[in-house]
Amino acid sequence: MPDTPVLRLTGITKTFPGVRALSEVSLDLYPGTVTALVGENGAGKSTIVKILTGIYRPDAGSLHIDGRETRFASAQDATRAGITAIHQETVLFDELTVAENIFLGHAPRGRWGLIDWPEMRRRAVQILARIDAPLDPSTPLRDLGIASKHLVAIARALSVEARVVIMDEPTAALSQKEIEELYTLIARLKSEGRAILFISHKFDEIFRIADRYAVFRDGAEVGAGMIDDISENDLVRLMVGRDMDRIFPQRSRSLGDEVLRVDGFAHPTEFDGISFSLRRGEILGVYGLVGAGRSELMQALFGITRPSAGTLRIDGRPIRVRAPADAVAHGIVYVPEDRGRQGAIAGLPIYQNVTLPSLERTGWHGILRPRREFDLARTYAERLELRAAALDQDVGTLSGGNQQKVVIAKWLATEPRVIALDEPTKGIDIGSKAAVHAFMADLAAEGLAVIMVSSEIPEIMGMSDRALVMRQGLIVAELAGEALTPEALVRAAAGIGAPGEAAA
Amino acid sequence: MSAALRSREALLVAVIALLLAVIASRFPGFVAPSNLSAVLYDTAPLILLALGQTAVILTRCIDLSVAANLALTGMLCAMLNAAAPGVPVVAILVLAAGMGAVLGAINGILVWKLTIPPIVVTLGTMTVYRGLIFVVSDGAWVNAHEMSAAFTGFPRQAVLGLPVLSWIALAAAALALVAIVRTPLGRALYAVGGNPSAAVYAGIDVGRTQFLAFVLSGTLAGLTGYLWVARYAVAYVDIAAGFELEVVAACVIGGISIAGGAGTVVGTLLGALFLGIVKNALPVVGVSPFWQLAISGAAIVVAVAFNARAQRRRGRIILRRAEAGS
Amino acid sequence: MSVGARHIPDRMHSPAARLLRRWETLLLAVAIGIFIANSLASPYFLNAWNLSDATFNFTEKAMIAFAMALLIIAGEIDLSVAAIVALASTAMGAAAEAGAGVPVLVLVGLGTGLICGAINGVLVTGLGLPSIVVTIGTMSLFRGIAYIVLGDQVYKAYPPEFAVFGQGYVWWVISVELALFAVLAVIYGVLLHRTSFGRAVYAIGNNPTGALFSGIRVARVKFVLFLLTGLMSGVAAVCLTSRLGSTRPSIAFAWELEVVTMVVLGGVNILGGSGSIPGVVLAAVVLGLVTFGLGLLNVPGIVMSIFVGLLLIGVIALPRLWAMGRR
Repeated sequence: MPDTPVLRLTGITKTFPGVRALSEVSLDLYPGTVTALVGENGAGKSTIVKILTGIYRPDAGSLHIDGRETRFASAQDATRAGITAIHQETVLFDELTVAENIFLGHAPRGRWGLIDWPEMRRRAVQILARIDAPLDPSTPLRDLGIASKHLVAIARALSVEARVVIMDEPTAALSQKEIEELYTLIARLKSEGRAILFISHKFDEIFRIADRYAVFRDGAEVGAGMIDDISENDLVRLMVGRDMDRIFPQRSRSLGDEVLRVDGFAHPTEFDGISFSLRRGEILGVYGLVGAGRSELMQALFGITRPSAGTLRIDGRPIRVRAPADAVAHGIVYVPEDRGRQGAIAGLPIYQNVTLPSLERTGWHGILRPRREFDLARTYAERLELRAAALDQDVGTLSGGNQQKVVIAKWLATEPRVIALDEPTKGIDIGSKAAVHAFMADLAAEGLAVIMVSSEIPEIMGMSDRALVMRQGLIVAELAGEALTPEALVRAAAGIGAPGEAAA
Repeated sequence: MSAALRSREALLVAVIALLLAVIASRFPGFVAPSNLSAVLYDTAPLILLALGQTAVILTRCIDLSVAANLALTGMLCAMLNAAAPGVPVVAILVLAAGMGAVLGAINGILVWKLTIPPIVVTLGTMTVYRGLIFVVSDGAWVNAHEMSAAFTGFPRQAVLGLPVLSWIALAAAALALVAIVRTPLGRALYAVGGNPSAAVYAGIDVGRTQFLAFVLSGTLAGLTGYLWVARYAVAYVDIAAGFELEVVAACVIGGISIAGGAGTVVGTLLGALFLGIVKNALPVVGVSPFWQLAISGAAIVVAVAFNARAQRRRGRIILRRAEAGS
Repeated sequence: MSVGARHIPDRMHSPAARLLRRWETLLLAVAIGIFIANSLASPYFLNAWNLSDATFNFTEKAMIAFAMALLIIAGEIDLSVAAIVALASTAMGAAAEAGAGVPVLVLVGLGTGLICGAINGVLVTGLGLPSIVVTIGTMSLFRGIAYIVLGDQVYKAYPPEFAVFGQGYVWWVISVELALFAVLAVIYGVLLHRTSFGRAVYAIGNNPTGALFSGIRVARVKFVLFLLTGLMSGVAAVCLTSRLGSTRPSIAFAWELEVVTMVVLGGVNILGGSGSIPGVVLAAVVLGLVTFGLGLLNVPGIVMSIFVGLLLIGVIALPRLWAMGRR
């Protein structure tokens, strides 16, 4: 293995208003080597990707390519330097064709500097063939499924003479077969001498394909080395910063009567045959890979989308939920995963966020009574240990963890029966995480029925009484007690060896 | 689905053909080549402005100041001609395009550097430009007898059977087609409007692209300003008042999505021709020209509803069998 | 920031400090400044009847601006308001020709406004179309219908009693329109700032998805706002038609621009989410005073529109330039 890095980051620091995203981070990438970047959500992984691809400029630190110091003024500079990324979210263009998506920004030019479409198509065919993607380059991107779009993203990354390829959770939305194909591709890129930065949450694949590792925690680099020199447990400990089994609260499990019952929920494209029930005081974990249909199911329960079939019962009585307002009226509330867009309403003060669904109670026939609003907001804000200067502070100025607390406070103030939390600790700091976990335990102890959607196995293991596993829009397993093991969760979610469900 | 994209143009061709057939069945003179040439001549300014507007709308912006830009530039050209009849038409053409470009650049700078919403910027500059016509002309008209023969004759001069104005519109459409399909800037328009945050990853400067779209729109408006004034041989404060709406209508009817990033030059051309044919057919079939405004309004509403239907986002496909079935 | 989690105060700043930071305070200062400048510039300015006449410059537009403010705060816009005024006025004119009495005329005017508002509302919230294009379309459509009906004709067969709305006085120099303006200002102020409906408007404007996920019936609220905007255009049509005593299809031409300018000058964010009714009231007064003052100085109307256009851009540009300069 060569010992001179193709790319070297030293002392990289990046600060956003109120948050230090990266502090003096270092990272080395070697040719023909896969380096796994490991860290919890919010550890600074996506910030480093944006710095490497020229989207962000660091506040301090240096970037060396082949030993020469370099600066990226724009995304194009990074591309020119041979750094390319396959992003987690699709950064592609629905209205353009496959070929154009591959070559946008560096299309082959013909006479008079005009774009040479036939040449572009020809090269696109070559690249697509190289990665065994059965796609027609003149198809508009919007006609493709998620997995095919992913192949286009990979083709785009390969369309430039890339020396460094960044893969940000590339397997999150792929089936097992597609993942195997990706591994083959990575092996080929390695043999061609390219450096690969591989970001993943899945330890099995890290140990399978990575040569080196680097661990980030809370914006700092806490460890790096050869993958052969570290055990899985040590890697997890580095990443989390403490022993796994001590971070979850002790719970006394006393389950009450059944509150919620879902029978035969179906949707034309998102999920099918969903049936489960939930009891007072219970925490039901819902595990699955990203894109397994968990959020979609929750949003159907909450009235955002309408299922095509199925019934919903509260206390045994069937209810109709056609809009979120109906769900709230029946005591079902939902804390969404996408806090920025669906959760907190930035621009409104904290107290108004909290009381938004409770105005009927704090007000008088539609007229607001601010005194009561402040009182209600304070009750829950203090209970959740919200850190804020004042209750009229704009929610948008709070940290992610505190925004999450405001959203939870908003729903608790409605005194719900069932609360569904979608990735409740994603992207928040460790301290807030523990507070949210403790709080969920309290809620269940008070008799609330809790649904917790999570992609983190420790969270599912540590918090839930029972867990459902979703895969490709179906519930593929229900695990509880002895049967609820990390292995069982992973196998069911990935579709390995599940009876009657061969890998796709 | 790529057939569906083309089907917007196919549908418009069909609608236009049907329209012409219906009119021709009662008034065969309408589809005579000489009359169709007259329709094209009459629609040329709309085509020119709609091409510029297409670039602007593709980037998720809108330019409501085009008619005022046209009128201001047209007035300045007319006044220049009245004061100095010796200035050659070529110089006036360059001057008009340059004036228009500057007025467009003002919009573009405000959108790019100050990130003011385009609708506010161009609503504001629309009134300012219109008001400036009054300031420079003192409210007076420039009439035909004050303009030189070369000045007023240029757009109607026949070359190969079509007037110059028609040729300019056709040439602009051809250039726009090449520019949008085959230049990086043209593709950047789609990228910026379709997915601005992703455009940044592809190394495209969103604000700069929008700025250039406004400059293009302004240039075409300025050029059309001279042609308009010369063609009608009159310039006054209110010429082309409200024309910006017709321009937006042509784009929307042509399938340019107001949300940006979708639509084609051919669509815009057909949208403009559709409006031009309707406008010219009304007096022929004996309908009061007062119907024109309502018809283009209804056409906008129908077209925007149609655009939205065509682009309605399909839900996420998670179930495997749903993907297989689609 | 780190006050701690034990006790969180209600507000960050004292009421006086909050007042000083407000856009409305600046507008009030501007209004007073213009008032003083005008009274120094023209001997005819400080006259109760002249000032009373000056209020007609803004009362009708401001009525529409109140509803428009709510609509823009909620993140939508209605560019068809002036066309609704024209269509409502045309409908009233036709009714007057048919011999309708004053109550029927008013009902026709308000009803036309409501119907037009409902059409916009259905297109935007029912079909999910962007309000800016929809209302550019209906703007042509509504005024186009007025042109189809009227052509180059004029309706002026209004009964004499109909003049009360635009030409009547409640008491001394207080016109019916001015009184109506004041009452509507209070109603809209309460609706926006003191009711849960108003809170929903702000929530939708700041984050429509977040509002939906908070159990707010977003589409319903937006539909009501389009209805209100149509209704207020109808009210303005009654006042304007009564004041002019005649209807042409070009009536209230380009008012949508002045209404939007009034709303933006009043501190409403054109992108939605913030703004206030007191701000819009002050902006209406400022615009009215400026128009009146320039009129006394014999500045022609079209030149005033340059000023209005510059004001619209300047009001948004200046804070941004200032922020850029400070960085």
